[in-house]
Amino acid sequence: MYVADSRASTPSAEGAVRQGLAGRRRHAVAPTVLALGTVSLVTDVSSEMVTAVLPLYLVAGLGLSPLGFGLLDGIYNGFSALVRLAGGHLADRGGGRHKWVAGLGYGISALCKPLLLVAHTLTPIGLILAADRTGKGLRTAPRDALISLSSTPETRGRAFGVHRAMDTAGALFGPLVAFLILRATVDGYDAVFTVSFCVAVAGVLVLVLFVPGGASAPAAPEGPRPTLRAALALLRRRDLRRITICALLLGLATVSDSFVYLLLQRRLGVPDRWFALLPLGTAAAFLLLAVPLGRLADRVGRWRIFLAGHGALLLAYGLLLTSWHGTALPYTVLALHGTFYAATDGVLMAAASDGVPEALRSSGLAVVQTGQALARFACSLLFGAAWTVWGDRTALAASTAALAVCAVFSFTLRPTREHIS
Amino acid sequence: MTLRSRILVLASAVVVLTAVALGAVLHASARAERRDHTQAGGPRVAAGRVTLTDPGRLVFRNMAWGPHRDELTSVPATAPGGPRTASGVKCLRFYADSDTGVCLQAVHGPVSDTYRALILDARLHTTAHYDVPGIPSRARVSPSGRFAAWTAFVGGDSYAGTNFSTRTAIVDTATGRLIPSLEQFRIMKDGRAYRSPDVNFWGVTFSADDRTFYATLATKGKTYLIRGDLTTNTVTTLHPNVECPSLSPDGTRIAYKKRVAGLPADAPWRLYVLDLRTMRETPLAEERSVDDQAVWRDAHTIVYALPGDYGADLYRVPADGTGAPQRIGSAAVSPAYLH
Repeated sequence: MYVADSRASTPSAEGAVRQGLAGRRRHAVAPTVLALGTVSLVTDVSSEMVTAVLPLYLVAGLGLSPLGFGLLDGIYNGFSALVRLAGGHLADRGGGRHKWVAGLGYGISALCKPLLLVAHTLTPIGLILAADRTGKGLRTAPRDALISLSSTPETRGRAFGVHRAMDTAGALFGPLVAFLILRATVDGYDAVFTVSFCVAVAGVLVLVLFVPGGASAPAAPEGPRPTLRAALALLRRRDLRRITICALLLGLATVSDSFVYLLLQRRLGVPDRWFALLPLGTAAAFLLLAVPLGRLADRVGRWRIFLAGHGALLLAYGLLLTSWHGTALPYTVLALHGTFYAATDGVLMAAASDGVPEALRSSGLAVVQTGQALARFACSLLFGAAWTVWGDRTALAASTAALAVCAVFSFTLRPTREHIS
Repeated sequence: MTLRSRILVLASAVVVLTAVALGAVLHASARAERRDHTQAGGPRVAAGRVTLTDPGRLVFRNMAWGPHRDELTSVPATAPGGPRTASGVKCLRFYADSDTGVCLQAVHGPVSDTYRALILDARLHTTAHYDVPGIPSRARVSPSGRFAAWTAFVGGDSYAGTNFSTRTAIVDTATGRLIPSLEQFRIMKDGRAYRSPDVNFWGVTFSADDRTFYATLATKGKTYLIRGDLTTNTVTTLHPNVECPSLSPDGTRIAYKKRVAGLPADAPWRLYVLDLRTMRETPLAEERSVDDQAVWRDAHTIVYALPGDYGADLYRVPADGTGAPQRIGSAAVSPAYLH
């Protein structure tokens, strides 16, 4: 941890760290990345525990009718984008407060868990979930900034891969823990929320104790001052602008997960009781491939892998459009879907990190993430409308075409200063 | 702080957190024992024979604590507060008519619960079962006993997912033909064919002709009473703002919950009766928010469940808007009157 301390507490000295590191074990994943991976793993166990039992809790535990609960999702998506940008900006101010802004985000989400014990009607529960997601929005950009700042440019893809794999492992493990508790108890929702809170607190503690903060670091004199204007001016940098535009365009043609599972179910007539297992297929592929694809991205170029990931998605859409009915179809589509996430989620952050100065790392990553999230949200609205007017197959054909066009366009726009070690 | 002291801090915190977590789990599992003990002052429940062929009896899911919790129990319809006869069959939701029952129950799997619908004969033996894709909500059987329907909540699976939808299925118990989702029916709305991916159906109620049914259709934030046709696979909207319809025995009126403006978001419904000939709405005397698919005890009386100390209690109220609600039984839900 001492090494990690000295390394990341001077985020402005990345070059020196890089040199120092080259002499050391060049291929080790930074302890800070492992610590952040642990925080995400533990936090995801905590949050997915709640997510998994929430429908049951609302309907069977509280006897509430949860319909129309998602009506505010649209509004909240916009708000969440603002929170993310604010989180990125706050983290960059004062010479890099990434750890503390991320900690605030993890802390807010942790505090929401015991609140669920006392809320028994829909409005407060909705507010608690909104606060939970505010915490998530707040922490994402600073956490990714910490990952990128504590790894060398040459190994960033792998660092993000390791983090995403640990994150996904937590998400897979959480529901399992929740149902074991429900099985051992009667109406044990209070126990699920309490355990979830304890797990979340452990996550925050790991962050506080083992992730080095930037507070003691000397103010970064070089590079732009982290003002709001500077954050917006980032888009004038050619590389970041291109990455943002590509992420936005590709996001506009990325059909949301639930539609993919719905299409798969319709094509195959997947029995309802297996439907809930489809996201697990994607998560499993994501988990297995995040590290190898991250490493590959470091070797052959992040942008190439990022685009290849969209190629995998394109292939998945194509398979859903064909009339092939083999038993391998769901496995293949889910494997491709997971490959898409493994090749794009962390890799995009690694690629974007190259184009953002250290002093603005959180803001820059937040801009890219927000652009992508908003584009995907717009896509799900458009896709829903297209589904209504044309039916599912035509809607999917249209987004496949759109994705192909965006991918080709992105290929021609590829950043010029691609870092390949 | 040195690495050593940080590890110590984390380790001691983990010990405390584990103790709290373990305490919560033990507390919740001790509750299981408490609930297996007969609740003091609660209704008397004894094991016995429950059939669907005893006219004048009321069958429901018993929620009173004790060894027969969650079992189907029966009482005389004239003395619903009296001693209960327990069947040994556990259901979350239940309905019966003409010697046919539908029972929605949980199946405890190794990693999570799944749900299924059982079709029961007059002696409560299972004749068929079907997967239910989510948490059971409503169940109905047609007056002839030939058709059964159920609605389940299907939950969102994204991060803190808040998008819920419903899935409503109808099965022909004579042929075994299953309509897994009413969403495959053609929708006629305001005289025109209508399509939207956000369509949800819930709360089926059947008419006596084994062809017509009524249900709620929700789309774009609004609900509608629909009349469905099992021969043409079509549904037609009839009236706005109707949820969980329940058709009267003579097939002329619909009891339902209506979302009334100005009420709190958590308790938005009032019970109404709609006359299908005049489309006139009559508010009933119940002034609390009812979230249940009511049943008709007879042509003049509506019976429904409201939250109670042990889950839910049953109430009745006149169907013409007069009178006052009256509690007829505690710790009970999903009532079905046997004719």
